Amino acid sequence: MNPVSETGPDRAQEPERPGAQDIVVRVHDVHKAFGAHQVLRGISFEVARGRCLGLMGGSGTGKSVLLRHVIGLMRPDRGSIEVMGRDVPSLTGSELAEMRRHMGYVFQEGALVAWLTVAENLALPLKENSDLSASDIDEKVAEKLALVHIPDAGRKFPSEISGGMKKRVGIARALITDPALILYDEPNAGLDPEISRAINDLMREVSDHMGSTALVVEHRVECIETVCDEVLLLDKGEVVVHAPVDEFFQSDNPRLVEFLGPDLRARSKKRTQP
Amino acid sequence: MSVVYSSCASFASASNVSAATPPEWWATLWPFLFAASIAYLVFQLAGFRDTAAAIGSRIELAGQVMVRTHHLLKRRRWLMEQLYRGGIQNLHVVLLVGLFIGMIVCLQTGIELSKFGQQDQIGPIVAAGMAREMGPFITAVILAATTGSALAAEIGTMSVSDELAALEVMSVDRISFLIVPRVIALMIICPLLTVVCDTIGILGGGLVATSQLNVGWAQYIESAYEMLESKGAVIPLPMDVYAGLLKSTVFGGLIGVVSCASGLEARGGALGVGRSTSRAVRDSIICVIISNYFMTWALYR
Repeated sequence: MNPVSETGPDRAQEPERPGAQDIVVRVHDVHKAFGAHQVLRGISFEVARGRCLGLMGGSGTGKSVLLRHVIGLMRPDRGSIEVMGRDVPSLTGSELAEMRRHMGYVFQEGALVAWLTVAENLALPLKENSDLSASDIDEKVAEKLALVHIPDAGRKFPSEISGGMKKRVGIARALITDPALILYDEPNAGLDPEISRAINDLMREVSDHMGSTALVVEHRVECIETVCDEVLLLDKGEVVVHAPVDEFFQSDNPRLVEFLGPDLRARSKKRTQP
Repeated sequence: MSVVYSSCASFASASNVSAATPPEWWATLWPFLFAASIAYLVFQLAGFRDTAAAIGSRIELAGQVMVRTHHLLKRRRWLMEQLYRGGIQNLHVVLLVGLFIGMIVCLQTGIELSKFGQQDQIGPIVAAGMAREMGPFITAVILAATTGSALAAEIGTMSVSDELAALEVMSVDRISFLIVPRVIALMIICPLLTVVCDTIGILGGGLVATSQLNVGWAQYIESAYEMLESKGAVIPLPMDVYAGLLKSTVFGGLIGVVSCASGLEARGGALGVGRSTSRAVRDSIICVIISNYFMTWALYR
């Protein structure tokens, strides 16, 4: 068992340190400010191939901002972000576009294009960036819709489906290019517990099925427990705790205790104990 | 008070004494000085940097659209949809407004001309007025208020709901996918609707001329047609028609670029979308009016 570190996992004591080629995401000393408001203050972490890292923290602590840095929607003021061995902030527009073809991003509200059907939303990245024939694209769309358990939703418009289905479509769209890295931005936001559980199971299923690496921004403990291998707690733009999921919930870090609350923490501890 | 009056009188008389024909360079220079003064005023009121940045971003967007025009074949489905939404869905508005504009122009000029027995000039005046100015301008204002605002709201909503970010993440070129079909559609729609507006306006003027100003229908139509037939010095085509269509094509492009740019800049939820929509309509109409002056100056000087 790795001891929980206050600023990140104690890597010197890790039994199996992944090789440099196995690190998919490497974030080092990233700072970001919006005007006078410092959002990220020296964030550093790594995610190894096939692993899922959960990002937890209160609202406004910079979790979604961090995710947007990883996919190149924002540039850090200072620090470096490497994805699949490439320094994201220094990439040109075309290089970034090429790299993003190997990445999927699930937005909080789905962010589906309202005037395209579900199937057209899924097919869009393939039509724009690949030489696949129309029949191959249709086949791939059907495959991904089946994977997220909504095989018959293809002809519907986003306005005609529920919030839970939008999340599933968002996940299917992120998976359509078979990405090596998937970023989830609060996949459970606005969903009831039953649908949340279904989405969590789906995310786990997707990870197992595709073997992809994932970063998950989430508030809900249940999602983190189901989906993630390790967790990172952000507070005021800094990493407070970074540990494997079972150790994370047993940590006595005062900020984590305060964030989870005594009941939730006790429940999580009980659940994660072997 | 008497001191003031006497000062004014002496100034006026002095001005009259010294009044002379302005030099030739003044005729060329004054439009630029006037435009520069207006631009200075606008920059002072709205904040120089913000205005300059907004103008710069719109010019940049127009350039990006121009270099991607060849993507239209790939985007023909969205082009057709925009042509339908901008053209067919606004046709009834253009017909109604154009009809009444033609009737108003005819009535206003006809009342004055009839005082001098010059009713035979009503047809040419209405035709020239509609083809040169009122048709392109009114059509542009209608399109700015309907299609332009809809574009800004649609793209603004996409911006605040992360749909634009999603397109970027999927490596979809949003200029090619969203902006090119919309701007080009407006550049096609605007002159087509201008022809409709001109035609219905001239016919509306004819209704007023025959019913209220004692002008024969045949005389009105014939004189209007003769007016529109006169060819330009540079291009051997009916000058008023092609000048009006050229203007309306530029107006369409301006409305498209300005409205899409406002939508792309929308931030901050529904409030931001509302702001971007009103800014799109306001800026579009300002651009149409300013560009109208310069095009008129270039075409008819």
